[in-house]
Amino acid sequence: MREKNPLLNPVPMRDGQIEGYVHSIETFGAVDGPGIRFVVFMQGCHMRCKFCHNPDTWKTNVGTKMTSEEVLNKALPYKSFWGDQGGITLSGGEILLQIDFALELFTKCKELGISTCLDTCGQPFTRRGEWFEKFEKLMDVTDILLVDIKHINSDEHKRLTGYPNENILDLTRYLSDIGKPVWIRHVLIPEITDNDQYLMELGQYIKTLHNVEKVEVLPYHTMGVHKYREMGIKYRLEGIEPPSSERIKNAEELLHCTDYKGYLSWRPGIKTFNT
Amino acid sequence: MLKVDERLESKAWDGFKGGEWQTEIDIRDFIQNNFTQYNGDQSFLEDATEATTKLNDQLVDLKLKERAAGGILEADTKVVSTITSHKPGYLNKDLEKIVGLQTEKPMKKALMPFGGIRMAKDALESYGLKLDPQVEYFFSKLAKTHNQGVFDAYDADIRRARHNKIITGLPDAYGRGRIVADFPRIALYGIDHLIAGKIEDLNNYGDGEMTEDVIRVREEINDQIRALKDIKEMAASYGYDISKPAENAQEAIQWIYFGYLAAIKQQNGAAMSIGRIDSFIDIYVERDLERGVLTEKDAQELIDQFTMKLRMVTFARTPEYNSLFSGNPIWATLSLAGMGLDGRHHVTKTAYRFLNTLHNMGAAPEPNITLLWSENLPESFKKYAASVSIDSSTIQYENDDLMVKAWGTDYYGIACCVSAQPIKDGVQFFGARANLAKTILYAINGGKDEITKMQVGPKYEPITSEYIDYDEFMAKFNDMLNWVADVYVNALNAIHYMHDKYYYESAQLALKDTRLDRTFATGISGLSVAADSISAIKYGRVKIIRDKDGMAVDYEVEGDFPRYGNNDDRADDIAKWLVKNLYTKMNTHHLYRGAKLSTSVLTITSNVVYGKNTGSTPNGRKAGEPFAPGANPAYGADTSGALASLLSVAKIPYRYAMDGISYTFAVTPSTLGHDESAKEATLVNMISGYMKNEGHHLNINVFNRDTLLDAQAHPEKYPTLTIRVSGYCVYFADLTKEQQDDVIARTFHTTL
Repeated sequence: MREKNPLLNPVPMRDGQIEGYVHSIETFGAVDGPGIRFVVFMQGCHMRCKFCHNPDTWKTNVGTKMTSEEVLNKALPYKSFWGDQGGITLSGGEILLQIDFALELFTKCKELGISTCLDTCGQPFTRRGEWFEKFEKLMDVTDILLVDIKHINSDEHKRLTGYPNENILDLTRYLSDIGKPVWIRHVLIPEITDNDQYLMELGQYIKTLHNVEKVEVLPYHTMGVHKYREMGIKYRLEGIEPPSSERIKNAEELLHCTDYKGYLSWRPGIKTFNT
Repeated sequence: MLKVDERLESKAWDGFKGGEWQTEIDIRDFIQNNFTQYNGDQSFLEDATEATTKLNDQLVDLKLKERAAGGILEADTKVVSTITSHKPGYLNKDLEKIVGLQTEKPMKKALMPFGGIRMAKDALESYGLKLDPQVEYFFSKLAKTHNQGVFDAYDADIRRARHNKIITGLPDAYGRGRIVADFPRIALYGIDHLIAGKIEDLNNYGDGEMTEDVIRVREEINDQIRALKDIKEMAASYGYDISKPAENAQEAIQWIYFGYLAAIKQQNGAAMSIGRIDSFIDIYVERDLERGVLTEKDAQELIDQFTMKLRMVTFARTPEYNSLFSGNPIWATLSLAGMGLDGRHHVTKTAYRFLNTLHNMGAAPEPNITLLWSENLPESFKKYAASVSIDSSTIQYENDDLMVKAWGTDYYGIACCVSAQPIKDGVQFFGARANLAKTILYAINGGKDEITKMQVGPKYEPITSEYIDYDEFMAKFNDMLNWVADVYVNALNAIHYMHDKYYYESAQLALKDTRLDRTFATGISGLSVAADSISAIKYGRVKIIRDKDGMAVDYEVEGDFPRYGNNDDRADDIAKWLVKNLYTKMNTHHLYRGAKLSTSVLTITSNVVYGKNTGSTPNGRKAGEPFAPGANPAYGADTSGALASLLSVAKIPYRYAMDGISYTFAVTPSTLGHDESAKEATLVNMISGYMKNEGHHLNINVFNRDTLLDAQAHPEKYPTLTIRVSGYCVYFADLTKEQQDDVIARTFHTTL
């Protein structure tokens, strides 16, 4: 059953500020973008990835309502740990379903000189209408994006996530065109994405982008399976084990991960594209 | 003795830039005038030489044999250890570049009865050995020990407090340690010049009137002069003439080591630090490299083999001592890097070389490597240190910016686990710690001990209501804290009076200025338990569970309350207040020899024993459960993430705890990042953020809980797995089962 498109919902407001639906907060994120980051996991995602380890973030319009100011006040005590790379990451769920909130928070971040990172799967992306205008504005206040490409083949993508991937690849193309730094991430799942042919295709595709600081293979893990049991949802990848270290290495080679070293010297506002 | 102009002409000082150090004994001035900063990375470092590897294999083999034998291979039962008591000893004479052992054999424990004959006897008996009756007779009937002196002075109040473990771990039966001698003095000036300096001090001490102070100091200076002569004699037995300054890097390191060896032959102190010698040694290494008489490989070999000697230090301890400080730590603390007052950082190639010993010889608990962290250290060095931490979990980090400011000198070293001490003229009176969590229980029970049921503290009115009223409790707690401050300071005054009298550290103090600044180092255990207990009483509702005699023995907390460790000021302010308040109370007292009061929040592994001897506490902790180590948040209390806990600990005010605030931190490798570079950067930023918030000390452990569980089940697979506990490093296999469980139970910062 599809939920109503939240883009059509009125955005909740409080004290003249937009409210976001927050799923949870991690004050010490070291794997969600460059440096140490304060990570805000937003609630709501339309995709239903079979391997998703956070099914509790799927539902939209639930969670803790927070204004951008409230989020900032929670984040700022940790500023001294962020160094010259870290900052705030908006993740999800799918953050682009709450683009108004993201825009307001990141605009405030930029006023305070805080580095901003957007962790997205790109599913809501479109080059049309008001939404795209907002997205363009959001890119003005976003330093870097982590973009997950779930599958390079659109049919497989649809089988895996419920959605095709054309607009997601279009997002990566758009970001490349405007020169916005990205990390490309790809979850390696035995039997599904761990396929040399697909990996080679994905590797070739990434080579056509001009804005890639880093390519990361994220090995599939089963640490979220218990959530499915708790939520009474059937887990569809039952029996699939995490990939072996040989297969991870193989995927990293096929995606040419070591060719992308820009992230080592990347700093907010500086591009280090090496392709 | 050489006159100044002769020394200027001698080979020893050839090539050095002159300065005040030539006319005054001033190691700092020598370093500042001559050291070479290094801003590069670790790529210049060399692997261990064949000789080092061979020696190290031999040593590791001995250590494993010692562990298998229950902690001892051999021990003296007859020869009392002094600077000159033993014939030269070697691990392998043909291969050793730096020589000198505590006894004539490696790993053979010396007999050190001056702190207390019973402790020496018990230590031997716990290993199935028997003290020579002549020695026992001598130290029981003919000569007096420190321990006897202290117990002659202790009053009933102190004895009760000690017996009931509200004050524990006092250095009243062994060496107090914690003196960082200025060992480089031997290398730069030679022993004869130092003797001459002390003779001059002797001639100038006092105005001719023999007051008690003058008599004591004159006697001490003569003891120091005798010690200097003994050091020279001991060095001569190894074939070295240290009457004159060292002429090259090998000699400089060897001369320093002879000074250190004299210290550990004379004293079995709770901490026998080597100090801060990296920049000093580097000057000699640089000069030899420039002269072409030394290669990088040779330099690393000298540092490796010197470090190996620090890994070999051993003392015979009793089982009670081991339960407090597990794994036979001796805190050969080595301080590295830091900043100069002139704004130049002190990262030299030798600082790198010392860290490289962990790669060349594997991880080991000693020396207790302490990195003096400043925001202004070069990034390449910070990253290298982080990589060593990730590989070996053997480094502790201390806030140099904070300590330089507080102590007013850049020539200080870490004098034990975490305490700063000016090397030229500072000493510390080590004072173990008072149990703050128990103090809370005494306040509730009117001074009666919740375990022994004895009346220990003053017989104040206990709390008799079912629920604890915050205001009533605070008034009673204030009274009880006054008593703890009194009895604690009294005990320490007696201890240090007697230590000076019966177990004076003449070798170490000969290598410091004659006029000293002393600190009176008290300590706190159970800070987080106490803070959370008060928070529970203030913000929750604490119901008292009483035994049949009406004594409070357990507590039920209703409602939630803020806990220290979550960057929540409501709880963190209580912890801050506790430290300041106890300090202020103790500071009203007379302190022996005009010492200045300092306090630490540091427990070593004793948090387990303190917990074992403390009943249930109002924060929900059950009787016997361990306290958190040092200034760590209580177990399970810090639920807001790693950085929040770091911010909480950083709030404890260093001005009231200048003896150190220790935080022992464990994080899983995957939490730090996906690749090596990211992991290093995360660690650097984490330390940096903590220090910017004026955090003082941080132990960093990087491993998974599964590794520890596996190491507990299969110790043979992890013979040298090394971890950092509060203030030192230890082989995991050398911890007691309880302490291992305690380490495993602690918060591992992790994210999914």
